[in-house]
This record gives sequence, C-alpha cells and structure tokens, in this order.
Amino acid sequence: MAIPLIEKTAKNFVFTVQDFSIFAYQATMNLFRPPVYWTDFLMQSDIIGVGSTTIVLLSGFFTGGVLALQSAATLSAFGATGVTGRFVSLTMIRELGPVLTGIMVSGRNASSMASELGSMVVTEQIDAMRALGVDPIRRLVTPRLYACIAMLFFLTIIADFCGILGGAFVTKFMNNLNGTQYFSEAWEYLRASDITQGLVKPLFSGFIIATIGCFNGIRTTGGTEGVGRSTIQAVVWASILIIFVDFLLTQVMLTIFR
Amino acid sequence: MNETAQPWPHGHAAHAAEKPVVAFRNVFIEFAAPVLADVSFSVAPGETRVLLGPAGVGKSVLLKLSNGLLRPDSGDIWLFGEEIARTPEEKLLPLRTRTGMVFQESALFDSLTIRDNVGYQLIAEHFPDEEIDRRVREVLSFVGLEQTFDLFPGSLSGGMRRRVAIARALIHDPELLLYDSPTGGLDPVTSSTIIELIMKQRDVRRTSSILVTHRLQDAFTLCTHCFDPDQGRMMPLPEGQADPGTTFLMLEEGRLIFDGSLHELVHSENPFVREFLE
Repeated sequence: MAIPLIEKTAKNFVFTVQDFSIFAYQATMNLFRPPVYWTDFLMQSDIIGVGSTTIVLLSGFFTGGVLALQSAATLSAFGATGVTGRFVSLTMIRELGPVLTGIMVSGRNASSMASELGSMVVTEQIDAMRALGVDPIRRLVTPRLYACIAMLFFLTIIADFCGILGGAFVTKFMNNLNGTQYFSEAWEYLRASDITQGLVKPLFSGFIIATIGCFNGIRTTGGTEGVGRSTIQAVVWASILIIFVDFLLTQVMLTIFR
Repeated sequence: MNETAQPWPHGHAAHAAEKPVVAFRNVFIEFAAPVLADVSFSVAPGETRVLLGPAGVGKSVLLKLSNGLLRPDSGDIWLFGEEIARTPEEKLLPLRTRTGMVFQESALFDSLTIRDNVGYQLIAEHFPDEEIDRRVREVLSFVGLEQTFDLFPGSLSGGMRRRVAIARALIHDPELLLYDSPTGGLDPVTSSTIIELIMKQRDVRRTSSILVTHRLQDAFTLCTHCFDPDQGRMMPLPEGQADPGTTFLMLEEGRLIFDGSLHELVHSENPFVREFLE
C-alpha cells in the first residue's frame, strides 16, 4: 500500500520540478525576445519595491536593534562591547539583511502574485489572455520576475542600512556606549567580499519569490479554495527555498572569499 | 496542411468545396475520466455550428480544443488549415489573434476599464491610442454599450459583461468566433439581445462560429431568424425555412451523436436527441 503512494508522490514531485524548470526558463528568457512589457515592469517595480519599503525598513531597523542588544549582553562578559558595531554590520550585511528582506518580501509579494494569478486562472482570465494571442508568462510573469530581482537588491541595501542604524540607536541610547566607536567598528572591518556576499543573495531571493509565487498562481486548480492553497504554498516554498539557497550560497561564497 | 488527410465527415453542399476554418479528426481527450472520444467534424467559412448537449458532456472542452487552449491526447485538429494539436504555444498565439472567444463567465480583466478590456489585443500590438479608442468605441457601439467606455467590469450587470466580452472578441475582426454558453444564466430578454448580436455578426460579417449552448430556444431562434440591417433587428424567416449556414452538433457523454441541419435534428430518430428536444 505504501509503495504506490511513495511512487506517486515521487513522480508528482519530479513532474512539478520539471514544470517549474521549464516555467522559470521561459520567464527568464522572455526578456531577450520581443515584445518586452517595460510598462508592466515599472508598475511591478513600484508594487514590489516601493510597496515593500516600509516593512523592510522597520524589520531591518528592529533586527539591527535586537542584534545590538543581544551581542552587547554577551560581549560584555568578555569586556568587548566596543565591537558591537562590527558584529551588527557584518551580520546584517552578510546574512540577516538579505535573508530577512527575502522572507518579508516573500510574505508580502509571493502571496500576492500567487493569489492574483490564481484568481485570474479560476475566472478564466488567463485563458482569455491566451485566446487573445497574448502569452501570459511573457505578460504577467516576466515583468514580475525582473522587477522582483531588481527591487530586492535595493530593498536589501535599505534593510542593511536600517539594521546598522537600529544597532546604533540601541548602542547609543539603551546600552549607553560610544556611538562614534560603533560606526567606526561597523565601517572599518567591512570588506568588499562581505558586501558582495550580501548583494548576490537578494538576486537569488528575488528570482525565487517571483518564480515560486507566479508558478503556484498559474497552476491553481479548484476555485477560490485553490487560490488560498496556492497562496500558502507560494509563501511556504519561497521562504524555505530562500533559506536553503542562502545556506548554499554562503558555503560557496565562503569558499570563494576564503 | 495535408489536404488529402483533412477530414470532412459531414460537410454541407454549400460549403463542401471550401477549405474548413476548423476541422477535428478522431479527437480524444481525458482528464480524470474520458471527456471527448473520437470526435470528428468541421466548420466551413461563414458557417455557424451550434453545439448542443447537456451540462458536463465536454462542450466547453471541445471549444477550447478548437483554438488550442487545450491539447487533445490523440487525434488531429486544424485551425485555418494549420495543424494545432501538437503546435508549440508560441506558434499558436498569432493564429489565435485571428479568432475571437466569448467565455462562459465573460472572463473580463477586472482590473482594467472596459476600454482596456475591449482594446486589449490592440494595446498588446502597440496600436496608437487614437486608433484603439476609435475601434473600441466602434465595437462597443455594435453591442450597444458605448456608455461603458470608462467603466470597470465590476460595475456592469451580467448581461452587459457578456456583451463587452463579445465586443472584445470582435475587436480584431476575427475569422472564427467561439461562443461558450453566451446566454447561460441570463434572463430571456438579455439572452435575446445576445442572440441578436450573434446573428448580426453571422449575417452582416459572415463570420464562421461555433456556439455552445444547452438552451434549445436560443439555438432555434438563431436558425429560424435572420438579421435585417435596414431595420436593425432580427426578423423571422418565412415559415418552414431555416438559415442554411447554421447547423447543429450534439454531444452525448463525450461522443458526437448528431451532425446536421435543423430539419435533420427535429426529425432525428436518435433516442438521446429526441429526449433532449422533448
């Protein structure tokens, strides 16, 4: 009884991965063949980038603050509270900035992409688009994909900056330490390789958010209940993949920049 | 297209010599269960095929197969002389711009205005704004809804949305129209308006079409009336006459059990056809 079930699940998984690969390849390559919908790209950049600024700004600021609070408590045992700035900036830029931004944007935008496209599928709007001779992947997915990659890059920079500011706020006003020393430490020990690590990761996260969100949306079946299911799957899979790919990239980057 | 291999299983004299707009040969498709089995028929230029059958027999599936929105598991389908059953999606897209489709629930883009919905194809092809406005107004006037130009679909009634969907299907002056239950769920007066529009398109522009319906009254009205452009409304044909270009198909459990004229339909001995008519 268990074997056929495992076989069916494994087959479904392989077919889904195959479909996703074809879907992601088409969405990516559409940029290099006309028509390219630049207006849709700008609209999506506004929705994803400008729309996510507030949550990224706040989450970055408070994460930096928490890092400063926690690290100062630990570092004080070694009399090393002076390196809080270095700790916060490196952690934010290399790791937490890209990952947190990815997860926050995934919660906001992978869900909206899946639900928007899913609703269009169940109301036959995607079929209507195809019947009018317009490719829905080219029109709906490609602009979202490139907008998401571009915007996540800038949102991560904002998150890093706000995280360092949050750490500075806590260091100066709550831990009553020297603010100048904090910024000096934060800047002095920062290397180009740290910044490269931190800015390559959001490119992958952006790709994951848009492709997973749109893929789940466009494969929606089962009416409005199906739209809800697609939305949940989009957020869950995007979040898991962001952390998993971050793990792989960190390993690769550490090897490269050793 | 392979002319010799092309099916013409139930052609009508008036159209028999012409190349069909759509042709099905031995088409099978199944999802969880078989939906269509061994379906063969064709649509000649200018011909209107009314597809009858109860709900769930595969009428909408057949319509979506006609323009390649769905692919058959086996069998061949030709659209404008090109085999589409195994053609890649990117090659089907330009072919579909020569067709117009009216969906069961209208399928209007709810975030776009009526202008942008109706002119969607023209916008995608980068027509100038003035040209889009002119053609959208023209086609909205054809369906009697010029006043909805700046509105959103959500503010329209079901019947108005259906008429906007017809306008959207007509904007590119299609060579084939596919109507998926265009009168389903509408009141008799609105249904009559929609049927009149379909008749107008048939009689004024001579566009080939497949009309899916389970409403016999609509099908018979379409067959026994013609559109009078001078009076701007539909008029009954003389007693006993029927439009020769309007013919019927009937599906029963995924199989095509009838293909013929109104006269042949009403005199059919097939028990399912008799039961459906009665």
